[in-house]
Amino acid sequence: MNYVFDILPPLLQGTGVTLKVFIITLVLSVPFGLALALMRISRFKFVGWLVNGYIWLMRGTPLMLQMLFIYFALPFVPVIGIRLPDFPAAIFAFVLNYAAYFAEIFRAGIQSIDRGQYEGARVLGLTYAQTMRRIVLPQVVKRILPPISNETITLVKDTSLIYVLAMNDLLRAARGIVQRDFTTSPFVVAAAFYLIMTLVLTYGFQRLEKKYAVYDE
Amino acid sequence: MMNNPMIRAVDVHKHFGPVEVLKGVSLEVGKGEVIAVIGPSGSGKSTFLRCLIHLETIHRGTIEIEGDKLVATDATGHCQYVCEADIRRVCGRMGMVFQHFNLFPHLTVLQNIIEAPLTVKGMCREEVVPKAETLLRKVGLYEKRDSYPSRLSGGQKQRVAIARALAMEPDIMLFDEPTSALDPELTGEVLRTMRELAEEHMTMVVVTHEMAFAREVASRVIFMDGGNIVEARPARELFAAPEHPRTKAFLENML
Repeated sequence: MNYVFDILPPLLQGTGVTLKVFIITLVLSVPFGLALALMRISRFKFVGWLVNGYIWLMRGTPLMLQMLFIYFALPFVPVIGIRLPDFPAAIFAFVLNYAAYFAEIFRAGIQSIDRGQYEGARVLGLTYAQTMRRIVLPQVVKRILPPISNETITLVKDTSLIYVLAMNDLLRAARGIVQRDFTTSPFVVAAAFYLIMTLVLTYGFQRLEKKYAVYDE
Repeated sequence: MMNNPMIRAVDVHKHFGPVEVLKGVSLEVGKGEVIAVIGPSGSGKSTFLRCLIHLETIHRGTIEIEGDKLVATDATGHCQYVCEADIRRVCGRMGMVFQHFNLFPHLTVLQNIIEAPLTVKGMCREEVVPKAETLLRKVGLYEKRDSYPSRLSGGQKQRVAIARALAMEPDIMLFDEPTSALDPELTGEVLRTMRELAEEHMTMVVVTHEMAFAREVASRVIFMDGGNIVEARPARELFAAPEHPRTKAFLENML
């Protein structure tokens, strides 16, 4: 037990890194994903195609590869090439990648809303933007909560990929101790940390679903 | 031609791909008139109504609402809508009630009614809520103000939809088969609300299969078939002695 307390500080530090990546990614990729979804269904076909291609690229290649590319290869790309420090590079890759998944969830949600809702709003004089904000999106949120919760929980665990940029997230911290002390118990503690994080998320999403259950469709 | 008609539609043409749905429909609606549009399904009556409030775009013809142009076709056959802001302004004078209600399920009855006055007209709550409550009393649903639409019967939903449209204070009300999705025993309450509205001299265009309503409430009945207006006459005349054989056949089928 004492041993567990000894290894807690570095693991907690790792958890901090994990949470930072998680929260920043979530906060940025959800609105970006929504923007992508709206562009994807826009009446300008070209924009839709562009977003389609983007989503294909982001879902079609490993997140780890994207991260390595942004960190190691982006500096050498002509014109747009910039050298990002490790943390921003990781965040950049995560946001680009997760936004693609969120975009598809949003798109499915938006397209599942009955056309009558748009017509009802339109004959009352609401603009497209008002219809989206006040009528469509609030209903979309209720419908997409389960897939969003899935994606969010996956994100907690995907943060462990940042070890490839040599950042000390929870899993890498645990692995470091395992290799130093020749014991696997840090893995168990790390697993418990992940479980606590996902438990909090699960609970949060359940609360949200309950909140939205006040109305049926 | 009428003096200052509320609605003036001239030679309205509309096609969905190769299918011609409106083949030159013309109609003038005077202030306080109640027009019932009847006809077999696929006759274009709903499409025509939807064209009036720009839920569908027309391909030829002219539509004016209270003297203001919504769309016009020039001598060369070029069909031109007014700008987006003017479309919004012109169509804002009409309210519409749909077959499937199209209430907003995530909003309560009261919220459904105050949504547009708040967001579109930018009115304040203190002003809008009492008015919404008056409308709810009028349609007999005050006690349902905080219910969600899913808790209402079809007839109640449609009455909320009528109140929601009235909250924008339209000069004209369009009804697209307002009772067709209802159980037969629930149509009465909706028709009663519409009848009260007619008695207050609201200008109304009602696409309907309710022949009794058309006969008793409408000032004029329009019979449409195959994308054309076949017959348009005062309700009593048309029902008593339909002139056109197709009208006759349709009415015999319905009654």
